[in-house]
This record gives sequence, structure tokens and C-alpha cells, in this order.
Amino acid sequence: MSDMRQLYQEVILDHNRKPRNFGSILGANRHAEGHNPLCGDHIKLSMNVLDDKIETIAFEGEGCAICKASASMMTGAVKGQSVQDAEILVAEFRGMATGTLDLESEANHLGKLKVFAGVKDLPSRVKCAILPWHTLHAALYAESSVSTEGEADPVPGTLIGEE
Amino acid sequence: MKIERMAVEGMNGERKDIDRMNIERIRADFPILNLQVSGKPLVYLDNAASSQMPQPVIDRIVRYQSQEHANIHRAVHHLSELATKEFEAARIKVQHFLKAKESREIIFTRGTTEAINLVMHGYGRAFIGKGDEIILSALEHHSNIVPWQMLAQEKGAVLRVIPMNDAGELLIEEFEALFNSKTKFLALSHVSNALGTVNPVKAMIAFAHHHGVPVLIDGAQAAPHQPVDVQDLDCDFYAFSGHKLCGPTGIGVLYGKAQLLEKMQPYQGGGDMILSVTFEKTTYNVIPYKFEAGTPPIMAAIGLGAAIDYLNGIGLDEIQAYEKILLDYATEQVSALIGVRIIGTARKKAAVLSFEIKGVHPHDVGTILNEDGIAIRTGHHCAQPVMQRFKVPATARASFAFYNTKEEIDKLVDGIRKVQRMFI
Repeated sequence: MSDMRQLYQEVILDHNRKPRNFGSILGANRHAEGHNPLCGDHIKLSMNVLDDKIETIAFEGEGCAICKASASMMTGAVKGQSVQDAEILVAEFRGMATGTLDLESEANHLGKLKVFAGVKDLPSRVKCAILPWHTLHAALYAESSVSTEGEADPVPGTLIGEE
Repeated sequence: MKIERMAVEGMNGERKDIDRMNIERIRADFPILNLQVSGKPLVYLDNAASSQMPQPVIDRIVRYQSQEHANIHRAVHHLSELATKEFEAARIKVQHFLKAKESREIIFTRGTTEAINLVMHGYGRAFIGKGDEIILSALEHHSNIVPWQMLAQEKGAVLRVIPMNDAGELLIEEFEALFNSKTKFLALSHVSNALGTVNPVKAMIAFAHHHGVPVLIDGAQAAPHQPVDVQDLDCDFYAFSGHKLCGPTGIGVLYGKAQLLEKMQPYQGGGDMILSVTFEKTTYNVIPYKFEAGTPPIMAAIGLGAAIDYLNGIGLDEIQAYEKILLDYATEQVSALIGVRIIGTARKKAAVLSFEIKGVHPHDVGTILNEDGIAIRTGHHCAQPVMQRFKVPATARASFAFYNTKEEIDKLVDGIRKVQRMFI
């Protein structure tokens, strides 16, 4: 199967058509926005994190199928997870997309998210797949940095571009 | 080989027959067109971003590097004399290509972007001040927006923007209404890279001159596709790039009227742009050398000269007529597709077709077409204000050159259908 076929398989097209957890959460305690200026992908993430656990998560925005499907599947994967486990997934997803994680030989928790493995061979599309995960990281990180400074409200994180 | 006869509009409006360009022979000149991409023959439709290089230009570059290279305007040895002679011969080719009055009006730059920046620094910083107004159009490339914005910020000048209609045509009445006593400069593209609109630059230049306003024309998308006569246009500056014209990257041209260039400040300081230097005072060289500090891209300039020879061998009139046939055919085929919108429908267009497929992001379109060996550009085309005007984040853009064929357009149309089937 070619890289492109491997990437645009039915599960990704389905999440693009019917994104899960699409919208915003009223009274969310974590927010972040991610933006790829090059392609116009734009993701807004809102979450409620209680006792170190992601209770609810939703996203909205505009983007290509890869970006939207990645965001949709990400929300499904991290909902109910601890912040630590979500961060592990962020690192593993980045590793898969950039080709530094070998899915065959290295243990991981990616499961269904492995449908995005083909993106590593399409360098111009890697950033589309990773954007939601960067945004998630920013939302989680903003809170932890805010909590160390003792502020009540998290600071929205903004991402410009990708490595 | 088959040669088709076909009728096209002649320049003076009468119909005349021309030999259809011998497209098979032309394609054979371009080694890269034999490439396979994703196991399919390359269909290269990204010519507005950069065009491909024919063998005669490649050969000329190889000959220069293997037999003629040395630094120019310096030593008295054989190679330096030869390289200087060939470099200056390229300047004269550019002069004739643009129909400029004198070769000293031709300045070699790194590209269109550097040419515009040169005018911004050399002319703008000297002659545009606080409260002065610079007119731009709504369909400019970032390279003809950002330098003027930087100048406006530095000097406290103001940018005024000519709006356009839904077809992507500039509104001429609104353009005329922008002029007042504070207007000091007009910077305008000849052809829009994102939409293909051909602007009525000659009439707009005449209007600006009537108000005493000098005009820079960004010709990056025009010079490769139609004959350009800077004296007939009467523009004060004209800029274009070598790599969109079958030449190498790293070389571009700024044409400027001699009397303007002479009163401008140098853009960069260094070697070759001086007549004498002491620690107290430097006397600048004459034009064009005043604007060519340091060792220029000699190989690229000579390559550009060879590219101009190559295009002249085909004829810019013929190239323009043939590309219009390609554009008309592509427009007809793509507009027949349900769920596809063409963005940029000006009455006068160059061979650029921007489009969007309903419900599919342009980057997905680009990736899927690439699977069939089809290279198009997807994104904002360095013209974000144009994207904002049409309320799209990005477009897919096919842009044609004289070596493209109707068969390649058929492949593009098949590719678009395939994208639609996948995303239903």
C-alpha cells in the first residue's frame, strides 16, 4: 500500500467527515490554540482537568483531513486519561509521525492511532498530524506552569508553526 | 511529428494562423519532464512557483562553470575577461528582452523580492516620508507588500490598497480615487500569482504619472508568459525572477529608468559598487554597478541569458497564445466539475487556475494528486490578503507553462474526480 493510501484510509476519512468531540466546553479549565500558518490549519482545544485527569476534552477549528482526524482521534484517546499518560501519548505520537519511534520494535500505547504512521513519509504533512498533539501539550503545560506560579486561571498557549 | 494549424487572435485583433508549437520537441528539451513520480509520469503544473530548465540552459551553465568561470570586473587575465564579457552579454539580453532603452538600466538581483527591496531602500527611504502614501493592490504577493509595510513603519507613511471585485479584477475607479497630493508611489503586480489576473498596468501607470507618481511593476508572473516592453508600459521600475523563466534560481532583474536609478541611494555597500574608497569618503560606481555590491551570481546571470535565448527561440507571442489555449481548456474542464469552484475569474488571465473542492482542504488535494504524479501548489501562495478576500484558508493552484499539454490537464481533471470520490 502506498504512503498516501495508507494515510487516507477509511478511518481517517470517517473522522474527517464526522469529527468526534467537536465543539468547545463551557467553563473548561484548560485551553490552547494551535496554528500552522503555512497551511491554515487552526485548532482550538478546551478541556476540564480534575485531580490530574482529563475529564472532558473538545476541539474546534479548520484544517485538512489529516489534522482534523488526528484531533478527533486524539480527543477520544486521551479522554479519561491522566495528564502523565496523555503526555506519554503526545511523545509517542510525535515519535511515530517524525519517524523516531519504531512501531515494530518499540513498545507504545498508540493503538488505533497507528493509522497515522504513513505521515512520516510525507514530510510536508507531518505538521498537520502533529498540530493537535502540540496543542494538547500546550494546554497541559500551561496549567502546570500556572499551578507552580499559583495563578487561578490557565494561560492559553499559542503555537506558531512546527519545528 | 504532427503540426496542427490553429487560429488565434493576432495582436492587432485580426485572426491569423500560427503553427501550433511543436510541443513534443519542446518537451524533449526538458529532461525533468521524463521523471516518474509515485511511479507515474510527472505532470508538472506548478510553474507559477518555479519553472523547469531546458537542456540548452543546463548546457550553458555547465559550459560556463567548466570553461569560463572567474570573478568579473576585476582581473586582467583571460578567464576574468571572458566571464565579464559573458556576464555583460547576459545584461544586454535582458535589456532586449524587456525592450529597455539602455543596458545600464538593468540591475541583476537575487530575484524579484530583492529587486523590490532594492527600490524600497534606494528610492523609498530617500523620497518617501511621514504622512506620504504608497498605493498597492489587493492581489499583491507578500514580496510586494512587506517591504512597503516596513518602509511605512519606518517613515510613518501610509499604505493604501486598491480593492478588487469577486472575479479578482482591480476596481479602477477606486484606484483612481486613491490618488491625492500625498501619494508618492505605486507598487503593482503585472499578473497575480494567486489568481492569474492580468492587470491593465499600462493605463494605471499613465494615470499614476498624470499625478506625478512613479510606478514599480512586479513582473514575476508576467515576464515568462507574455512579451514585455518597459518603454511602451512607461513603468519606472520592473522586476522579475530567472527561475520562473526557465532559468536558474538566485538571479532576478530590476529594470529602472536611468534618471531615477542615478538619484537613488545604493542598496548594499561593498566591492564593485564603488569607484574609490578612503576611510573618509567613498565615491559610488555608476549605474548599474552602484547596485551590484559584491560578486554577483555570474553563473545564474549567464544561465538567465541562455533562458531568454531559449524563450525567444519559441517566441513570447507564441507562448502566450499557446498558454491561453491551455488555460481556456482547463477552465472549461474544471468548471464543468460539480463541487469545484474556480477562484479568480478575471476576463484577462494568465495561465493560472486556482480552485477549491467543496469539503476538501487543498493540502489533501495536493497530497492525493501527487500520488498520480501531478504537482500543483497548495496553500496561500504568499498572498494571504487574497485568501482573506475570498474567505478561504488556502487554494489549490495549477499553473501552466508552454511545455504543458491538454493531456496533462485531463490527468488533473481525473485527479480532482478521484479526490471527490475519496471524500464523498
